[in-house]
Amino acid sequence: MSLIKCHSLSVKIAETQVCSNLDLTINTGENWAILGMNGCGKTTLLHTLAGLNPMQSGSIELNNTELNTISRREIAQQLSLLLQHQEDHFPGTVLEAVLIGRHPHLKSWQWESEHDHELAQKALTQVGLNHFAQRSILTLSGGERQRVAIATLLVQQTKVRLLDEPVNHLDIHHQHEVMKLLTSNNKDTANIFVLHDVNLASRYCDHALLIYEDGRTAHATCAEILNEESLSDLYQHPIKEIEHDGKCWFIAG
Amino acid sequence: MRPFPFLVFLAVFSLVLIIASLFMGSVPLSFQTVWSSLVESSTQQSSLIITELRLPRALAAFATGALLAQAGALMQVLVRNPLADPYILGVSGGAATAVLIGMLLGFSSSFGLTGLAFIGALVAMFLVFIIAHQKGTWTPTRLLLTGVVVAAGWGAAISLILSISPANNLHGMLFWLMGDLSYSSSSAFAFSALLIGLILSLLLSSQLNVLIRGDKLASTLGINLKQLHIKIYILASLLTAAAVVQAGSIGFVGFIVPHLIRLSGITDHRFLLPAATLGGGILVLVADTAARTMIAPQQLPVGIITALIGIPLFLYLLQRDAKQ
Repeated sequence: MSLIKCHSLSVKIAETQVCSNLDLTINTGENWAILGMNGCGKTTLLHTLAGLNPMQSGSIELNNTELNTISRREIAQQLSLLLQHQEDHFPGTVLEAVLIGRHPHLKSWQWESEHDHELAQKALTQVGLNHFAQRSILTLSGGERQRVAIATLLVQQTKVRLLDEPVNHLDIHHQHEVMKLLTSNNKDTANIFVLHDVNLASRYCDHALLIYEDGRTAHATCAEILNEESLSDLYQHPIKEIEHDGKCWFIAG
Repeated sequence: MRPFPFLVFLAVFSLVLIIASLFMGSVPLSFQTVWSSLVESSTQQSSLIITELRLPRALAAFATGALLAQAGALMQVLVRNPLADPYILGVSGGAATAVLIGMLLGFSSSFGLTGLAFIGALVAMFLVFIIAHQKGTWTPTRLLLTGVVVAAGWGAAISLILSISPANNLHGMLFWLMGDLSYSSSSAFAFSALLIGLILSLLLSSQLNVLIRGDKLASTLGINLKQLHIKIYILASLLTAAAVVQAGSIGFVGFIVPHLIRLSGITDHRFLLPAATLGGGILVLVADTAARTMIAPQQLPVGIITALIGIPLFLYLLQRDAKQ
């Protein structure tokens, strides 16, 4: 079943043409990687898919409904977005920061239920922060703060998850824990990751969308599209493919 | 700190302080006198001191502080800065300018001046709103900068009026600028504004909890940003206007009280807003009781006392917080 459908989508930010006439269908159970150089518009495209950024032309359907005919609240019930940066101007506990993920599912006068608290506690356990519920958000390290943001996204319980550099600030162990957590048990959901690590993309994703600097885009399954030639072209840098234990790895030349 | 018991404590403490303030003043009164003047109407002088002077004054002080602290808590979320105060966008400057012009033109009825203050506050509020919101974009920084610059403009207008005013007007004007409760009679308007404001801000409070984590995140969690910003703006400005009309500009309350509540560990706005409301009431009530008794029968502007209490308290808590 298709969760996101783009019809001849064109997106432009300032002078950068991110994509033109892009046709893309993302189905349940799929994990997509968006790859490209700095400033090519990966984040802009992700925000456009979330309805936060105007498109130049074309259309986007979320769960077979035109995206710009649905309210923000209805979008938030079906689609979540992990932002690249977290803003913390105000103090608060980790639990409070996670519980706001339930906001799209609660009425304005409704308090979080026992069930919502259980979800939050479970999400914190999943990201390895089970004893952090009462910690102040301002005392966390960068990687811990990133995992709190991921827990917030988990309790939002959406079918579509857009993740802008989810492994930002994470050590190798937590990078893999988080990618495993997000890509496992997702028969009914779809993930779209913006990643800088090609090897994480080839290991955890099944499809890739490449955004070239000149506004071209290409997408296919990872097996088809991730190779020395396409990646060297994408990153304007020689990239070598090596084999180890029967798997392919990409290293910068 | 557990939020609910803390709220109950603040509410009980507020009541105790309001009653205690009835005993304070240049005429000493016994418990019986205070009690009987509250429960039965009488025209004895001691009874009139309570019902005509001390009780209305205590209620006015409490309402003003509560309005300011609530407006401050909202304004801090709106401009995404925990150090903002309700006057930061120039609402009090607009009100003060209107009142001073009225005084200069010879207005003297307190009703007329109150009306002028409210009109001035509304003009100031819409001026900033229209300039900051010109092209449909609205960022906290743009709003803050517009507000601060417009407030500076009001400041210049106030100085201009003061410098051309006849000397016999100056004392009244200065007292008004420093925040003064000695002219306030009825606080019915302030209390109704307070109650309506509290209900409306409680309805927004769960959205505020989301908004403090950033505009973009709030959007992804289903919040209509533009609508919410406008609601907070109008609510905070009207609360400030009601406080300014009651007592002029009383500094530090709106900025310090919400901050103190946050420092004490209450960060959920569903508790923070009522706690700040009670806390603001308490601070101004204590400050005003001190202002009218410290060198009685002479009275001090309450704004000076709120600053004298608020600043050391704030610095102490900030210091303590840094050590933890």
